[in-house]
Amino acid sequence: MRPEHPPEFPLAIHDLTVAYHRKPVLWDIELNIPQGTLAGIVGPNGAGKSTLLKACLDLIPKTSGEVLIYGKPYEDQRDLIVYVPQRESVDWDFPVSALDVVIMGTYRKLGWFKRVGKAQRQQAREALEQVGIGHLAERQISQLSGGQQQRVFLARALVQDAEIYFMDEPFAASTAATEQAIIELLQNLNAKGKTVLCVHHDLATVSRYFDHLVLLNMRIVASGPTSETFTRENLHKTYGGKLNLLDDVAEALKNVGR
Amino acid sequence: MSDVSVIASFDLKLLWETLFLKTYNTRLVVVSVTLLGAAAGLIGSFLLLRKQSLLGDALSHATLPGIGIAFALMSALGMNAKSLPGLLAGATITGLLGVLLVLTIKRTTHLKEDAAMGIVLSVFFGLGVSILRMIQKIPGQSSAGLESFIYGKPASMIASDRLFIIVVLAITTFACLLLLKEFTLLCFDTNFASTEGWPTLTLDILLMALVTAVTVIGLQAVGLILIIAFLITPATAARFWTNNLRHMLWLAAIIGAISGWLGASVSALLPKFPAGAIIVISAAVIFLISMIFGRARGILPRFLRHLDLQRKVGRQHILRSTYEILEKTQEAHPIQNLPIPVNLLRKHRYWSKGELAKVIRQARSEDHIERRPTGEICLSESGFGEASRITRNHRLWELYLIKHADIAPSHVDRDADMVEHLLGAEIVRQLEAELDLEKPVVESPHVIEAT
Repeated sequence: MRPEHPPEFPLAIHDLTVAYHRKPVLWDIELNIPQGTLAGIVGPNGAGKSTLLKACLDLIPKTSGEVLIYGKPYEDQRDLIVYVPQRESVDWDFPVSALDVVIMGTYRKLGWFKRVGKAQRQQAREALEQVGIGHLAERQISQLSGGQQQRVFLARALVQDAEIYFMDEPFAASTAATEQAIIELLQNLNAKGKTVLCVHHDLATVSRYFDHLVLLNMRIVASGPTSETFTRENLHKTYGGKLNLLDDVAEALKNVGR
Repeated sequence: MSDVSVIASFDLKLLWETLFLKTYNTRLVVVSVTLLGAAAGLIGSFLLLRKQSLLGDALSHATLPGIGIAFALMSALGMNAKSLPGLLAGATITGLLGVLLVLTIKRTTHLKEDAAMGIVLSVFFGLGVSILRMIQKIPGQSSAGLESFIYGKPASMIASDRLFIIVVLAITTFACLLLLKEFTLLCFDTNFASTEGWPTLTLDILLMALVTAVTVIGLQAVGLILIIAFLITPATAARFWTNNLRHMLWLAAIIGAISGWLGASVSALLPKFPAGAIIVISAAVIFLISMIFGRARGILPRFLRHLDLQRKVGRQHILRSTYEILEKTQEAHPIQNLPIPVNLLRKHRYWSKGELAKVIRQARSEDHIERRPTGEICLSESGFGEASRITRNHRLWELYLIKHADIAPSHVDRDADMVEHLLGAEIVRQLEAELDLEKPVVESPHVIEAT
């Protein structure tokens, strides 16, 4: 056990480096995410936000480093984690309905070879109701809008009783109404003591959505409570040269105090 | 004998006997090819959904050297050099070697998978052809008949082999059905499957193993060049009929079975034609029919749906235009349903004479519009109600687009009739709350153009 990463942290990353074709995309990541936070991972395009999630989940190989879930390696703690991939990562032309996708969230508990039964279907329907698209259960997934597809993914995460939620851009392609619905769901999870980790790209909403913030640009620029971390200086460091969005930042900072 | 006389020479009795399995020998051939078709359709569906169709092609071509080598080895050892399990074991080994090579090339170089497959496929096939040529010279063993593995010849199967084939097919089908849920998850969202603790690599290997089994078993009947079509065509054809995976699997198995049955029967009747080709052509005909008529994604149903939508939109346009003209020409509120001259309508939407006549005819056939003896047209009572509803929906829709312009593009051109359904009752209520609901029809958010 490492003293700097005590086991009460749902996610602790020690000295993580990830490279694609020998070109490093994440350097020496040191990170602790506290219990029960709604944490945002923010940074420019190509900063390695999705890569960080994927490396934690063993979806891409780590060059070096260690990822601890409540003080134990990821492989031993899989059951505590649910991953919500980016919406674009799957083929929405696949011949399944919204309900079928949500039912996939029950497969882990079902185990090998077992058939899906009434209980699973019921559970999936409830999750779809919870995300507000219960009436679209039988729809083929290509006939859903982007926001509805995002909600289907969320429902699939909800049917599992996990402790930590890894979400890759859950707000992408959402309308204002969908975004509001999603954030309420995440806050709900949070209120039940779950830890939620979201890759996010909209600086304007950071301070409203997240109580913990990780600023990332190939390395950790800053990590901590949003109120302390979301500062002009840190954003400058994160977005650096790429910051022709300076105005966006200024706008975002105005909202910090609210 | 010319082909024409071949076709002319079989009589109806023979046709009857073949199609309905009256003779023992054709019965065995046709049954095993039919089963092969069903298994190929089922497992091919997953291959298709995993987007690995071409890997199956590389696999089948890479089996040829294995067949030649197995033959040479078995004759060197003094065994029956044409023992089917032995030949197929050889085919499996080099087939898998080919697949492994594709994956290795992809991983170690920056070559894309299609290039890697092209290389492996042609090199292995060339190697196989050379080996077949060389083993012709082995004394004491005739390699004649081995070329049936290239083009396929179900009649060359002997009775004891067929039991072996049927057992392998039964096992693969059972395994595929057992792993239905696992394969679905793997094909749809591999990353998610992996974070859920499913061994995705093992599942991929299992899927590939089932594909290999069906391919290798099918070599003799369909031939290694065409077996890929047996895996892919039934699955793609089935996809046109349904959006439901379960139905698709069933259909693919049935379509595969039908093409196998047809192909094997026809080739029993016309022994001069390569069976593989006839099987694949049968499957292709079913594919063509599915592509045109398939209920879920076929060309014709889609075209008809499009026509239907156009008709609906045309009807809505004329009703809304009439309503808007009534609104404009009257000060009174609520507005009266009065006759209006046809040319006013034409200017309102820039319809051509022909187009306008057509939509009016449609609206009249639905009793929404009546034509007056003066040449003017007038909304019927039901038409007037429908027109006000459509106008109101349209404006709600416009307001919604203005407020939330980032709605999914595929939905923007949807039938405005379905606006409540698309927006969700809650949003419609919100929008209504922002509007003056005292009026049955809200005011247009923009100036209505024309004359």
